[in-house]
Amino acid sequence: MQQTNLTINGQEHALDADPRTTLLDALRNHIGLTGSKKGCDHGQCGACTVIVNGRRINSCLTLACMHDGDEITTVEGLGQPGNLSPLQSAFVAHDGYQCGYCTPGQICSATAMLQEAKDGWPSNVSDDLAKGQKLTDEEISERMSGNICRCAAYPNIVDAIREVAEGAEA
Amino acid sequence: MTRHLVMDEPATKRVLDELPQSLTGKPMDRPDGPEKVTGTATYAHEWNLPGTVHGVLVRATVPKGKVTAIDKDAVMKLPGVLGVFNDERFLRNPAQGTANEAPIQGPDEIAYLGQPIALVVAETFEQARHGAHRLQMRYDVAADGVFDPEATNVPHERPEDDQLDQGDLDAAMKQAVSVVDQVYRTPGHNSAAMEPHCSIASWEGDKLTLRGSYQMLNYNINELADSLKIDAEDIRMLSPFVGGGFGSKLGISAEAVAAAIASRELGKPVVVALSRQQVFETVMRRSESRQHIRLAADADGKLIGLGHDSLVSNLPGEDFYEPVMQATHFIYTGENRRMNMEVARVNRICAGSVRAPGEAIGMVALENAMDELADISGIDPVELRKRNIPEMHPETGQGYSSRPFAEALDEGARRFGWDKRNAKPAQTRDGEWWIGMGMASAARVNMLKEAKARVTLNADGTATVETDMSDPGTGTYAILTQIAADMLGLPGDKVETVLGDSDLPKGSGSGGSFGASSSGSAVFLACQDIRTQLAQKMGMDEDDLKLDGGKAGDMALADALAGDAIVGNGHIEPGETSKDKRQATYGSYFAEVGVNAVTGETRVRRLTAVFGAGRILNEKTATSQCYGGCIWGIGMALHEELLFDTRDGHLVNHDLAEYHVPVNLDVPQIDVHLLEERDDWASPIQAKGIGELGLCGAAAAVTNAIYNATGVRVREYPVTLDKLLDQLPE
Repeated sequence: MQQTNLTINGQEHALDADPRTTLLDALRNHIGLTGSKKGCDHGQCGACTVIVNGRRINSCLTLACMHDGDEITTVEGLGQPGNLSPLQSAFVAHDGYQCGYCTPGQICSATAMLQEAKDGWPSNVSDDLAKGQKLTDEEISERMSGNICRCAAYPNIVDAIREVAEGAEA
Repeated sequence: MTRHLVMDEPATKRVLDELPQSLTGKPMDRPDGPEKVTGTATYAHEWNLPGTVHGVLVRATVPKGKVTAIDKDAVMKLPGVLGVFNDERFLRNPAQGTANEAPIQGPDEIAYLGQPIALVVAETFEQARHGAHRLQMRYDVAADGVFDPEATNVPHERPEDDQLDQGDLDAAMKQAVSVVDQVYRTPGHNSAAMEPHCSIASWEGDKLTLRGSYQMLNYNINELADSLKIDAEDIRMLSPFVGGGFGSKLGISAEAVAAAIASRELGKPVVVALSRQQVFETVMRRSESRQHIRLAADADGKLIGLGHDSLVSNLPGEDFYEPVMQATHFIYTGENRRMNMEVARVNRICAGSVRAPGEAIGMVALENAMDELADISGIDPVELRKRNIPEMHPETGQGYSSRPFAEALDEGARRFGWDKRNAKPAQTRDGEWWIGMGMASAARVNMLKEAKARVTLNADGTATVETDMSDPGTGTYAILTQIAADMLGLPGDKVETVLGDSDLPKGSGSGGSFGASSSGSAVFLACQDIRTQLAQKMGMDEDDLKLDGGKAGDMALADALAGDAIVGNGHIEPGETSKDKRQATYGSYFAEVGVNAVTGETRVRRLTAVFGAGRILNEKTATSQCYGGCIWGIGMALHEELLFDTRDGHLVNHDLAEYHVPVNLDVPQIDVHLLEERDDWASPIQAKGIGELGLCGAAAAVTNAIYNATGVRVREYPVTLDKLLDQLPE
């Protein structure tokens, strides 16, 4: 067993778990935060995306014991029913999901992605690596392509993110 | 009381159009949305039962043979391991959709590589996974496994009821002015729903509760009971949220039975989740197909002959085969017809329903052949299809129910700007990209299934809808809420819909696109039952009852109810209207692609699709379903392919890194338009199914556009760049 101290959604947790436990399994099986989903357990689908120290990562690809002292935000920390974050509301309004299983990962990913864009990070479709990027639909799609949605709500996911991105600019 | 309707007559009284409120059809947000976006929706693995222990399945590493020994003792010694189970009730493969009984059981008789054999249960997931990796099994390997459906040593069967020989196709082919005679191949597909299959089993005495991810509890409970040799009355299944199904969760599967057996033995709740690789290797695949299509047309492009023969595969002993020619039978005219189905028996993963079984691949090959015919005959592809819309079913002579097929073709062409297409291939360049446009028709059979629902008009003037029906993302929560709200004159937020509990009245289950119209009809009938009772209670004629804005006439509903709830039950069954008319849904797709002249990579630049599916129950969720279908079409056209090793039948690309489903950047913004339509023959709410229609021909629009862009016909899906590269124009 391995002791790990994690701050999750602003709350401190002392995790005592098998060192083989992934961050995803720690959240779901040990801490009871099942919002982060297991779609592939191999970093291929993005359903487990959480925000660690401000960056989005696949929580299935990292062991919990590697995150001692880290600050983790999961979908539960972004908003709750009745108190939704702007992205969560936009996903509801634009039907940015169907079955909903990839949705927490999409929303965590989009939350961090908007900050990356704001900070001027380029993407694979950016024309210029140095200049800040306007979030065109193509930029949004590229930056969200690590999050698979088999229901294929992609057009609606782009609509939802674009709306929030434009609202933040205005 | 129960309002029971057998659909023997068309429902010409369009009740939902006559109500004062019309929430039905509107793009209402899903009531289950806030739970989904906050991670509080409870999927199968997410019930917090104290003391739950974890099970991991262990599977065959040989393709055919017998298990002769399992070294349980070595694994039992590992830390945390509680049990190693290998029970004769374990399932060989999942039950087929609507089977209503156990599939083939007995894990020790191996029929395919990857078949579940044992379950290792331990205190934690990490311990169980380690134990599963360590479990040693011995086999008596059979040398007579067969793995290639097209090999000559593979036994082939011809299902009797899927052979058609009408008129003289050979003569028609000789007599025709234009002919197409081509073979198309589609590979196997995986549903790849985002939530891997998972079950949590817990017992109280002889009563089992199974929390799982299932599309059809109404059948699944009987399949589970039959598998375990217990009574269905002793089981409760819960499945309020299903993280995608697409056919893969139609029938009870191995993890549920294994979890139930282990839980009973250990006296603790047991959770068994499939890994992504296990989903690929133990749940249903869509069969690959070889399709031989022959089209014989006269000088006007009118079909005088139509042939469509198919070879698909499945495991020995499985009744299901991919009904490839399902829509070919009724979509186009042509009096001389031959359609023969052949099924190869191979030692591969079980084949079963994957979204739109039949049309998903059959319409694609047919629509490729129609494009070839248009090209050969010099007739515009839209016009060619319109000329071949039959007046009567060309085989049965049946009439058609509502069929806005020509309208969908015309409206799609108009919205897309089809008139700007250059019919001559390889004429348009945009930088290093060859640009082309292609189109295809959509068609899918429509079905109504038996369904029951209970609606309670509560004493406080709110309502509760209850059925064991599922919502695997299709929008069931939304549409049942909307129908009940309109029928009872309530705002949507005064209606609560409760689903996914086998203790509730049996709905239709979600599959075959019949869920919304069937379960929606049951809710509609239950509300009619309430209206009758309420009118009686108020001492008035039911025709005079006006329910609107939470009031009955001028009286608040709560006052009219005077402290009593009213319970209404609805029960719908298919009847004569299913036989009187060929019921189906129709549409069209128009795609613009770019094919890179240097790399051969294809990108879909634009996609327009128009669909008619009877009354649309929720514009927003229906549109999302159509986006999903179209994007599955893009995947089918360009990336998706199960690759089997023909030496031992093992699946080579068993995860999402190797089996390529479309990602966000693969998809353009899509224009989906839903036609205003009512089909009185389909259901009392004039609705038909829409969940699969979006896929039924979509890939052909993309590949026809590739031909228009490059002049290259690829008849072997998917059209990956290696199949284009050496044929691209200079």
